[in-house]
Amino acid sequence: MSSTTLDDRTFYLVEEADDHHPESGTLLGFWIYLMSDALIFATLFATYGVLSGAYAGGPTQRDLFELPLVALNTAILLVSSITYGFAMIAMQGDRLNATRAWLAVTALLGLSFVGVELHEFAGLIAEGATPQRSAFLSSFFTLVSTHGLHVTVGVIWIGVMLVQLGQRGLHAENRKRLMCLSMFWHFLDVVWIGVFTFVYLLGVVQ
Amino acid sequence: MSADTAHAHVSRRVYLIGFAASVLLTAVPFWAVMTHAFASPLATSALIVAAAIAQILVHTVCFLHVNTRAEGGWTLMAYIFTAVLVLICISGSLWIMHHLNSNMMPVADNAMEGHL
Repeated sequence: MSSTTLDDRTFYLVEEADDHHPESGTLLGFWIYLMSDALIFATLFATYGVLSGAYAGGPTQRDLFELPLVALNTAILLVSSITYGFAMIAMQGDRLNATRAWLAVTALLGLSFVGVELHEFAGLIAEGATPQRSAFLSSFFTLVSTHGLHVTVGVIWIGVMLVQLGQRGLHAENRKRLMCLSMFWHFLDVVWIGVFTFVYLLGVVQ
Repeated sequence: MSADTAHAHVSRRVYLIGFAASVLLTAVPFWAVMTHAFASPLATSALIVAAAIAQILVHTVCFLHVNTRAEGGWTLMAYIFTAVLVLICISGSLWIMHHLNSNMMPVADNAMEGHL
C-alpha cells in the first residue's frame, strides 16, 4: 500500500493465513443464500396476507382446506427433518451405509410430501378452485407451490448426493455438500411452519 | 481443523430434544384448531402463532445449529438481519394494504354510472 496509484489499492480485507477456514466460505455463503430465499418467501407470505380475503365470490379457506391432509404433510416433513439429522450423525461417525440409508429415507419422505401436496392441489383444481379463480387462490398456489418446488429440488439434490456417496464415499467435499443440504432441508421445514400456521390453521380459524 | 468442524458437530440428544419439542409445538395448534378447543377464535389464533414462533426458534437452534459461535457469529447476524427484514416486509405490507383498503372505499357501480 506504499504506492498511491488506483491499481494498488485494496478494497477488501486480506485474510490472515492462520485465520483461514477452508470450510467456512461455502457454509456461510450457502447460509446467506438461504437468508435471501427467506426473503422470497417473505414477499410471497406478504402477498398472500394481503390477498387472503380477496375471494372474488369464490371459495374461502374454510370451504377448501382439509386439515387432516395438512397435518399428515406436516408430520411427514417433521419426521424427514429428524431422519436427515440421523444422516448427519451417521456422517460424523463415518458410517457411510447408515448415512446413505437415512438420506434415502429422507428422500422418500420428501417425495411423499410432494405427492400429498399434488394430491391436494388436484382435489382443489377438480373443485374449480384453480389459481385463476381469485386473487386468494393465485397467491395461495404461488406460495405453497414455491415451497413444494423447493422440496422437489431438495429431493433431487439428495438423489445426486446418494450417487456421489456411492461413487466417492464420505470425502471432505461430500461432507460439505451434505452440510449445505442439511441447512437447505431444515430451512424448508421452517418455511413450512409458516405455511401451515398462517395459511392453513389461521385460515380455518378466522 | 477441530475448531472448524465445531460448527458441524451435531449431537443426537440435541436433535431428539428439538424433534420432541417440534412434535409438541405442531400437535397443540392442530389439536386446538381441529377440535375447536377454545370458543374464542382470537385465543386460538394467539396460541397457534405463539407455537409457530416457538417452533421456528426450536428448529433454528436444534436443527440449523445457529448459535453465537458458528462461523464467528456471522450466521446469527445474518439470521437476525433477515428476521428483521422479513418482519418489516410482512407487517409493513399488511399495514399499508389494510389502510389502503379501509381508506379507499370501492366506488359502487351505480354511483359510477351517475357520473358518466
